Amino acid sequence: MYDKEAWLRERYAESVRDRPERKAAFRTSSELELDPVYGPEDVDAATLPERLGLPGTYPYARGIHPSMHRGKLWTMRMFAGFGTAERTNARFRRLTAEGQTGLSTAFDLPTLMGYDSDDPMSRGEVGVCGVAIDTLADMELLFDGIDPERITTSMTINAPANAIWAMYLAMAERKGADLAKVGGTLQNDILKEFLAQKEYAIPPAPSVDLVIDTFAWGPRHAPRFHFVSVSGYHIREAGSTAAQELAFTLANGIHYVRRALDRGLDVDDFAPRMSFFFNVENHVFEEVAKFRAARRIWARWMRERFGARDPRSWMLRTHAQTAGASLTAQQPQVNVARVAIQALTAVLAGTNSLHTDAYDEALSLPSEQAALLALRTQQVIAHETGAADVADPLGGSWYLEHLTDALEAEADAYLDRIDELGGVEAGIEDGFFAREIGDAAYRRQKRIDAGEEIVVGVNAFVTDAPEVPVPPTDPDAVRTQTERLARIRAERDPDATSAALARLREAATTGANTMPAFLACAHAFVTLQEQMDVLRAVHGSYLEPVTV
Amino acid sequence: MTGAAPPARPIRVLVAKPGLDGHDRGAKVIARALRDAGMEIIYTGLRQTAPMIVSAAIQEDVDAVGLSVLSGAHMHYFREVMAGLHAEGANDVLLFGGGIVPEGDLPELRRLGVGRVFTPGTATGDVVRYLRDEVARRRPDLVN
Repeated sequence: MYDKEAWLRERYAESVRDRPERKAAFRTSSELELDPVYGPEDVDAATLPERLGLPGTYPYARGIHPSMHRGKLWTMRMFAGFGTAERTNARFRRLTAEGQTGLSTAFDLPTLMGYDSDDPMSRGEVGVCGVAIDTLADMELLFDGIDPERITTSMTINAPANAIWAMYLAMAERKGADLAKVGGTLQNDILKEFLAQKEYAIPPAPSVDLVIDTFAWGPRHAPRFHFVSVSGYHIREAGSTAAQELAFTLANGIHYVRRALDRGLDVDDFAPRMSFFFNVENHVFEEVAKFRAARRIWARWMRERFGARDPRSWMLRTHAQTAGASLTAQQPQVNVARVAIQALTAVLAGTNSLHTDAYDEALSLPSEQAALLALRTQQVIAHETGAADVADPLGGSWYLEHLTDALEAEADAYLDRIDELGGVEAGIEDGFFAREIGDAAYRRQKRIDAGEEIVVGVNAFVTDAPEVPVPPTDPDAVRTQTERLARIRAERDPDATSAALARLREAATTGANTMPAFLACAHAFVTLQEQMDVLRAVHGSYLEPVTV
Repeated sequence: MTGAAPPARPIRVLVAKPGLDGHDRGAKVIARALRDAGMEIIYTGLRQTAPMIVSAAIQEDVDAVGLSVLSGAHMHYFREVMAGLHAEGANDVLLFGGGIVPEGDLPELRRLGVGRVFTPGTATGDVVRYLRDEVARRRPDLVN
């Protein structure tokens, strides 16, 4: 007779006496303890069809499109950027020629923080971890020969997102493109900067106001753009568990929706263009469960809590990236295997877009050869494995359904806790997120140090591996950028520059939507730092309290 | 340093995040691990310039300064902080680090006098042992 409880008590216990388990406990990254096997008794079968839906139907646990990857493969979008705009443009063209289907821009740290290449704060960082963008002139070189109506571009930019988006749109306008046809994704998720990545400029409240400006402006002026990509990726990289990544990301998304509604916007005007971005770590089933739970929770909140009526408002569209923090500097070629498994996981989870990390990323920025291998990995999954041929192929697995429900419950509990704290901004001020993420990161490190968690090549199977060649950074980036900035400052119309800056100051002070002023600044070749200095002057700079 | 031996005390370490880089997972994990190993830890927080780091090292009278850099700007910051420490006469302070640092940069860092640079995948115990050994070598008067 089938009886899991009895089997565990008798047959399993007996077997373990003869052949003990490898570990004291088997747990996921979220510290959920796993049974040796799952069966129908672990899933509420009666409600399952309605809790899953079919692909393209509410609540979208199985994917947002009816045909999923049979109709259109996910967008293969490789994050790239280094040195000057000219050099990154060459990498963009190479990857596109090799079959990538979307562009994704990595900016250098001065750009991410809103400093020009010639500012003292930028020393040592210009063009190092991404491309340097100071003015519209750089943006035009970056997309030289690329048609913004034909290829969508993702831009990983947050604190200065409005200004960079305006530069991109101004570039498209000057090429004669119709903004109604220009698509792409702006990361523009400042909340996760306060939680995890720490590239913020001004305090949380005015930062969120700038994000909501894009919610109001985007759908009417650049309707094919995803003006926000609510990102769990960086929360996970900072050391969170999968459940925390899921919960905190959704909490941030919910926070933006609430602020947009406070502003008087109609949920169905903006929600169809919101998008998300999750990490894909090594625990295959927990990761697939995370994406499915994310889609289900979001659909429920949007329909039931926020009263959205347009089904597109209920759908959680998402990009995914393999886990940079899972890559090791030891035996770096082993990272090829990690990336392949994580990428397959993302596809099984129904991602809509994917970046695969290059195997040399624990050592340096990716070399062209390593980035190409990462793209090829996606192409193998797409065309050789069959993983893209059936939607939600793991759905119905008792184990997966159990994990999906368990992660959903964990996320719901966190969402309640964040509400009790007074919301995301209150949680940031309180240090709640820093503590949660920091504690999880430290617990994991201790498990690795103790050998309870094996990392191949790090605390087991250690050998000397051949060295990996490291691409040199661009030594001329600083000089090129500094000279170009000087030329732009000399050639631009000073009246137009100061008029645009005055307009930005006015909007930032009065609370009017800032996007038209940012557009005016872009067209007037105002530098990124000149714009960000206005915001820093109006709202003050922000630095988080120091905690360990 | 010369003069009277300072009283025996735990090793004092400044963990610093130079520049614009906000990736603080490694810095915080190491800071906690060193603290759990009985050392006194001062963490600077984010966005520190080289002069700020040097001045904190002098004020806090630390035995070692650890720079955490994942942005690729490590050469710039190790060079500046090392020069700053020397300018202050703090020649016995150990400068070490961690982050995304290519193998090819290590010879130049060694030439500058930088100690070990720990890359992703380092066991925290290795950092603790290294600091105890290296600080004991430089400051035999200290007992940890």
